[in-house]
Amino acid sequence: MAMAIRVFLTLLLFLISTHLTSSLYEDQVGLMDWHQQYIGKVKHALFHTQKTGRKRVLVSTEENVVASLDLRHGEIFWRHVLGTNDVVDGLDIALGKYVITLSSDGSILRAWNLPDGQMVWESSLQGSKASKSILYIPKNLKADKDDLILVFGKGCLHAVSSIDGEVLWRQDFAGESIEVGHIIQSTDEIYVAGFIGSSEFYVYGLNAKNGELLKKDHTTLPCDTFGELLTISSDKFVVLDNMRSKILTIKIKNGKISYNQKPISDLIKDSSGQAVIVPSRLPELFALQINSHVLLIKVTNEGDLVLVDKINNVAACSDALSISEGQHAFAFAQHEDSKIFLFVKDVSDWNGDLLKESIIIDQQRGNIDKIFINNYLRTDRSYGFRALMVMEDHSLLLVQQGEIVWSREDGLASVVDVTTSELPVEKEGVSVAKVEQNLFEWLKGHVLKLKGTLMIASPEDVVAIQALRLRSSEKSKMTRDHNGFRKLLIVLTRAGKVFALHTGDGRVVWSILLHTLRKTEVCVHPVGLNIYQWQVPHHHALDENPSILVVGRCGPSLATPAVLSFIDAYAGKELNSLSLAHTVAQVIPLPYTDSTEQRLHLIIDINQHAYLYPRTPEAIDILQREFSNVYWYSVEADNGVIRGHALKSNCIHIVDEYCFDFRDLWSIVFPSESEKIIATVTRKSNEVVHTQAKVMTDYDVMYKYVSKNVLFVANAAPKARGEIGAATPEEAWLVIYIIDTVTGRILHRMTHHGCQGPVHAVFSENWVVYHYFNLRAHRYEMSVVEVYDQSRADNKDVWKFVLGKHNLTSPISSYYRPEVTTKSQSYFFTHSVKAIEVTSTAKGITSKQLLIGTIGDQVLALDKRFLDPRRTLNPSQAEKEEGIIPLTDSLPIISQTYITHSLKVEGLRGIVTVPAKLESTSLVFAYGVDLFFTQIAPSRTYDSLTEDFSYALLLLTIVALVAAIFVTWVLSERKDLQEKWR
Amino acid sequence: MGALPFRFFFAVTLLLTCALGFQSDELLLDDDEFGIEGGRSFDSDSHHQPPATATTSRKRFSDSASASDSKIQFPLQHAFGDSDFSDAGNFSARLKTWSHGGQTLTKLRFKRDPLTDVEQKNFQELLRGDDFYRIRLPSNVLSPPGREYIISSVKARCLPGDGLEEHFVIHMEGVNVLAVNYGAPGACPYPRQLKLPAKWSFKSYTVLKNSEQAPRTPIFAEDVLGGEEGDGEAVKPIEKSFWAKYWMYLIPLGLIVMNAVTQAMNMPDEQPGGQPGAQTQQQPGAAVQRGPSSGGVRRR
Repeated sequence: MAMAIRVFLTLLLFLISTHLTSSLYEDQVGLMDWHQQYIGKVKHALFHTQKTGRKRVLVSTEENVVASLDLRHGEIFWRHVLGTNDVVDGLDIALGKYVITLSSDGSILRAWNLPDGQMVWESSLQGSKASKSILYIPKNLKADKDDLILVFGKGCLHAVSSIDGEVLWRQDFAGESIEVGHIIQSTDEIYVAGFIGSSEFYVYGLNAKNGELLKKDHTTLPCDTFGELLTISSDKFVVLDNMRSKILTIKIKNGKISYNQKPISDLIKDSSGQAVIVPSRLPELFALQINSHVLLIKVTNEGDLVLVDKINNVAACSDALSISEGQHAFAFAQHEDSKIFLFVKDVSDWNGDLLKESIIIDQQRGNIDKIFINNYLRTDRSYGFRALMVMEDHSLLLVQQGEIVWSREDGLASVVDVTTSELPVEKEGVSVAKVEQNLFEWLKGHVLKLKGTLMIASPEDVVAIQALRLRSSEKSKMTRDHNGFRKLLIVLTRAGKVFALHTGDGRVVWSILLHTLRKTEVCVHPVGLNIYQWQVPHHHALDENPSILVVGRCGPSLATPAVLSFIDAYAGKELNSLSLAHTVAQVIPLPYTDSTEQRLHLIIDINQHAYLYPRTPEAIDILQREFSNVYWYSVEADNGVIRGHALKSNCIHIVDEYCFDFRDLWSIVFPSESEKIIATVTRKSNEVVHTQAKVMTDYDVMYKYVSKNVLFVANAAPKARGEIGAATPEEAWLVIYIIDTVTGRILHRMTHHGCQGPVHAVFSENWVVYHYFNLRAHRYEMSVVEVYDQSRADNKDVWKFVLGKHNLTSPISSYYRPEVTTKSQSYFFTHSVKAIEVTSTAKGITSKQLLIGTIGDQVLALDKRFLDPRRTLNPSQAEKEEGIIPLTDSLPIISQTYITHSLKVEGLRGIVTVPAKLESTSLVFAYGVDLFFTQIAPSRTYDSLTEDFSYALLLLTIVALVAAIFVTWVLSERKDLQEKWR
Repeated sequence: MGALPFRFFFAVTLLLTCALGFQSDELLLDDDEFGIEGGRSFDSDSHHQPPATATTSRKRFSDSASASDSKIQFPLQHAFGDSDFSDAGNFSARLKTWSHGGQTLTKLRFKRDPLTDVEQKNFQELLRGDDFYRIRLPSNVLSPPGREYIISSVKARCLPGDGLEEHFVIHMEGVNVLAVNYGAPGACPYPRQLKLPAKWSFKSYTVLKNSEQAPRTPIFAEDVLGGEEGDGEAVKPIEKSFWAKYWMYLIPLGLIVMNAVTQAMNMPDEQPGGQPGAQTQQQPGAAVQRGPSSGGVRRR
């Protein structure tokens, strides 16, 4: 028997030790998490034509990413995400081996090594005034054997050595008040051309060797100009006059300016409509867009304009591409229903097409926004062309031979808002065997796993096990699982496209480009604002699909009208869309649903009206019932005022049943000379609090103040609103408030002297944690404030509970005078923070972890216990048992608790946590330029076995144990017998 | 409430006694004391005579502060439901200018105008409709109304108790009023019952509140080093006692020793018993003999 017990114990120990680990092992990466890399909407693209770079394309994007992509597959070779304020203005290649980028309004010039993306040099260019920034890399222009890079930025022209980034000379144009538009090179001279005002045209000639000003000429054009100046060739420009009826051709010869003008009506009979010059660089040609036509106009050497062609429905034109000596090709695309026609033409020989292809493109990608072309040598030695297309939804496509070779969903780099949706319930009749292939496969899998656990697996087996775990079909199924791990993440991107991502493997389940968020004549610059769960069916409405609401606006200003879209979360189809007459300032999801489980929403416009959605009589009935219980607040951050509102009556001036007037119930006015609102945070509306009371070590009970109507506000001193270091500690302070949003009562107010923003905060249960900078200590700090309810503090006596004399079941009203106490404590924290969030679980039992998006674009999980205001220097035995950590002045950063492990979520902007159905687990989605998803269990998975638990091993153990019992039994019997015979 | 006047006078005497002494300490003290206990309702106004003398006495002695000590008043306005605001009473306080230039209010007192018949009627309307009773204060007490009025409101049904009871907490920042927490002094259970007050006079409690300082971050020199190294779990394992560390070895060792000792003690016992050549005798006898002897050991 003893042996059996020993065997059992060893096995048990072994089993336990394998499952008590909190951090991740190398082979567990990718089991529950996924990471996707994006670059954003492409602004510039450069094809490299030399040998090694031929397979690559260099891009810079609107997310300030510089990247090198594989032309064959679209994968990222290397990528650099510049800061949010470091906007890329120019991209070019120098010396055939360096990628040169100009960023931050022409003040930072960097060179990256082409093959591996290492930074070679960086130089910062000084200047005095903001101006257009131009990067120009001339061919074969040398100064002291250095190849020059010419940069115009901040009102200065700089000549920079391409070898080491040294500034060789600079010429300041800030005093001349000239808007430089172009840099032209002619052998040893450089010409800088630009306007003063809109009709004075200036040209400066400079010596390329030393930047000396050689000559200067100017002319006054006969009329004002409209739009940008476009280069036709090294000495010719075209520009429109301000009536947009004439084309001005400007020619520079040896620094002398001459111009011609020609009315558009001379070129084309029907010239009504607004003309725009298309900014495509074509040799001796330019494209002029009138209505939906594009006119291609040739500029002769004499400065005459000749109409070459007229094309209808042009979506995009590329720049010219030099394919051989004196031969230039250029591409344009036409739309026709779901097809795109791609034409590549020779610039000098207009009659024939070099290429004509039709491509079928998914309707959900929208129109073509930009097109870049590249040529290659076909097997038959003729030229072939491939085109890189940037679509309306910000995706990137490579088209070759009439087919889409690859596509990248780069719209996902600019996620605006995220919500989740449950997957459909598994239908009966779908057997497990169908999903698990067959029994043999299943058995094989388990045997492999067993081998792995017993460490007898060969290297090939290990690989097989890893592959098996990674593509476990279980996690990517399209049905609900009982642990609630499988969900749809529904994200709204800046392009106005909505994607549904599967949490199991991150694939796009469906995507839809919302037509309400597409550019139209009525709605010129639509922006998507937020995404809400509109209908979450459960119980009686299970046969309906859940749906989501997307709220947008027709422009960046608050005064533009609102648009709404309703999308089916399973099918990805737009159910309904509304272009509203009113504006949207705020959307309030109410805690009421109608009989089809549609949530009631109030949309507040800027004219003090509230509109109810859905617009059904039933919704009105529900609202009327709860009319006096609807309160909300608004924050006027610029004004420093917070107001509370309640519904009053139906609109007086507008005849609309669903429109309501409201009144101001309270206001808090912060003195503008001493405080400015910099951050406001509320509790999540769907958060669940499990325990309302907290038992202290002395068996005292503290009741948490768990009102949902609380708002955290952080105000900074007006002088300390800027960058860290702009204000001295004496003139910087941070005032924090906790405000009841129903009555406008200030529950807690506290000043941190010598501290300043930026403030990142998270509010959960009865506590708020916020992060800020302490100027006196020169460090970042994190503070915690916990709010406890004193009015229920008397409910400690057991007899009161027995006799029912407690006030715990009585309804709590906000009109009670709040008796709250707060506890707070501050700790130093090494990192600066980009986002902060807290884990949320289904029942709120599991302890919480703070998820901190660090400056290094990683997500750190920090136990809330570290941010406990009750931590003391020497906790007593009882306090230690309770789990109170001894007080330290700084919060620990334990490298194993990075939930992103070795990965980076570049450009991290937000973290979203969603509870799984399993209480121990919380789903975490972090988004920025990259997307990252994982599951975390702050208190470990105490309520389930891990996914890779080997049932086969358990079975084997039991069998072995039973066998051992029999064997030992037989052995002991035999021994007994021998003993008796002795 | 019996202890209240006593405490009040105690504070006043304390104030008088230390009026000669340290300027800043004294003010903080009276600010706190009067702030929490607040102004009285107008029927207990006579109690406020002593503080007035206190300030005059201070005026006489402290020359720097006396010039900057001035009395100010600001109005409270009220509205019934959505009606316009009308005057409802007056706050009066002392404006204290500090040597560093800051200004604070102390000794807030509140006098409410009695409700007129029309107002009473309006109030009854509010009670019937379970509507809001709204008040407002200027956001700057020196130049009312300042930037904007501070509005606060309460469901009218919360106020009636014995008479009408109200509670103000005025949050100040210098001479600016940030917010006012206005409501009933106690509970206001939901659903709110319609109850008319016995008498139409307000009993008011007022509190002035200023911002508190946040607790400083603790700084330990020795922990700073630990923090910089980045090992957050720098909690050193406590040195265990010898017994705590090795008990699992000591206990078996002790047992073995005990066993050995008892066996050693048994040896002498057994030798005399088993001596008389019994080994060659019949087995049962030996077994019988062995039994009691081992039992004897156990018993010992």
